[in-house]
Amino acid sequence: MPDQTVLSLRDVTLSFGPKVIQKNISLDVRKGSIFAVMGGSGCGKSTLLKSMIGLLRPSAGEYRVGDEDYWAGSDAHRTDLNHRFGVLFQSGALWSSMTIGENIALPLQMFTDLKPPVIRRLVELKLGFVGMLQAIDLYPSEISGGMRKRAGLARALALDPDILFFDEPSAGLDPITSARLDDLILNLRDGLGATIIIVSHELSSLFHIADDGIFLDAKTKIPIAHGSPRDLRDTCTDPQVHAFMHRERDDEEGNT
Amino acid sequence: MVLSGTWQARAGTIPVFPKDGLPKTPEGHLSFQTSGIQAWDTGLIAFLWDLKRVAHDAGISLEMQTLPGPMRQLLELLPEAPDDPVHHKPFRIPFLEALGRRSIASMTEVGVVSELAALTAKGAVQTVLGRSRMRLSDLLANTSDAGPYALLIVGIVNFLIGAILAFVGAVELQKFAAGIYVASLVGIAMVREMAAVMTAIIMAGRTGGAYAARISTMQGNEEIDALNVFGIQPSTYLILPAVLSLIITMPFLYLYGCLIGMLGGFVVSISMLDITAAGYFHQTITAFGIGQFIFGFVKSLVFGAFIGLTSCRIGLKAGRSAADVGIAATRAVVVGIVGVIAIDAIFAVIADVLGI
Repeated sequence: MPDQTVLSLRDVTLSFGPKVIQKNISLDVRKGSIFAVMGGSGCGKSTLLKSMIGLLRPSAGEYRVGDEDYWAGSDAHRTDLNHRFGVLFQSGALWSSMTIGENIALPLQMFTDLKPPVIRRLVELKLGFVGMLQAIDLYPSEISGGMRKRAGLARALALDPDILFFDEPSAGLDPITSARLDDLILNLRDGLGATIIIVSHELSSLFHIADDGIFLDAKTKIPIAHGSPRDLRDTCTDPQVHAFMHRERDDEEGNT
Repeated sequence: MVLSGTWQARAGTIPVFPKDGLPKTPEGHLSFQTSGIQAWDTGLIAFLWDLKRVAHDAGISLEMQTLPGPMRQLLELLPEAPDDPVHHKPFRIPFLEALGRRSIASMTEVGVVSELAALTAKGAVQTVLGRSRMRLSDLLANTSDAGPYALLIVGIVNFLIGAILAFVGAVELQKFAAGIYVASLVGIAMVREMAAVMTAIIMAGRTGGAYAARISTMQGNEEIDALNVFGIQPSTYLILPAVLSLIITMPFLYLYGCLIGMLGGFVVSISMLDITAAGYFHQTITAFGIGQFIFGFVKSLVFGAFIGLTSCRIGLKAGRSAADVGIAATRAVVVGIVGVIAIDAIFAVIADVLGI
């Protein structure tokens, strides 16, 4: 079933108190796709991601995970749904008082009945996927930013989630590391059959990996385009989107 | 190799592929037959990884194309001969060497704190000359936090200390019909020792811990680095207002603590003993001279400077992670309290020699 919808938002409004961040967001994420959330700085990309992983309740609208209404159930129900999610935070968000291995083992210890040796093997496996096995006994403060991000990715994979959220995965990484991360994301998507939602404004990586997406506008506070970054680049006529996709300066839109 | 059934780590276990499970066959090939697998998760990949490593050692090449696409892609990510994890080598230092290192480290620390004190003092002089970069608003914010907001807790603790002293004194002195001397006891104890020490201990826990936590968080956030790059001395910009605010507020808190402590003693004495209010008042003011007051006053100044400097230094020295912030705050409180009591002991010896 290639077109099965995993996540969907209907007319969602996000706001902090009276301050509206984005309104009328509607989107469907297909199973196995890599869905990009795009937009300029301050348009609410990360806020949208926050609400999709359950950290911010939308002030209006409906959010469905699979065929369940995410915000309708109890907290416990939401926690269960969250176990289908794996989240890579912007700077890794590794727990600094634990080694990398312990970081990945913690969710397994908390939410499965597996024995320590089995957990150890799974931790090694997840670190092997991201090429970080040698850092298993190091603390987050002892490794570089790029490694921290990869370790964060390994932790996001800990519970074999089928939906992965990446917040700016390539921010702060050099082009080579970032390209490798892109390949890794594609491999993981194909290998695990996961669906990936990615917040980014790294155009090259978006063109390379994303096959669907949404473009949020900071001024009007509504989504102004839907589609894969490649299609938006080639066909979208909206001057804002055009400027973003072609790295043009946004002097006064449409003077080109 | 034929794989079948359910391969899910969630079910409980992952079978281990034995290290000697494959005979050494250079140029050998191993192909997979996976059509019997019903369900799998990364547990299967963990098993296949074992196999991959064993096969690598045995010189057998795996025919990856016989695996289904997803399994192949995951397995290809995994190294066949992974590097050994980096370990923290537990190394043991001989006792004497450890002792020496410790001693040198603590002497160095004394030096660093002194240097910091000198820098801060220099900053203070520059401030007076109007050439400093300390902002008055920082000083005011720090002072109001270390002063007015601390009044309640300082008051409660000193009131109770005064009351406790009066209780203890009353029980013993009444036996000698010397109940009135409870007033002298409470007065001298508060003015000379208790008000200054208790107030300093409270401030070490309250303000010292907060300084250390704040500065170590700034350190983790690279804020201190940003200050340094701009050429803004952390010693003037951060530490001077912190230390100065404690030096300003501590004497006032000390005086306030003395009064409240005597009030505590008064309340207990009046209710327990046959003493008039005027009698208690008279006995209190004749009990100690101005010298005792100055002694306590100077001590409170020193305590304030000590708490401010050590807690800022501990914050600056802290590591950059969340756990390090906790360690820094704890250490600031412990060092503050122990240090205050130690300094008080030194003062007691000095006072004894000078006959104050």
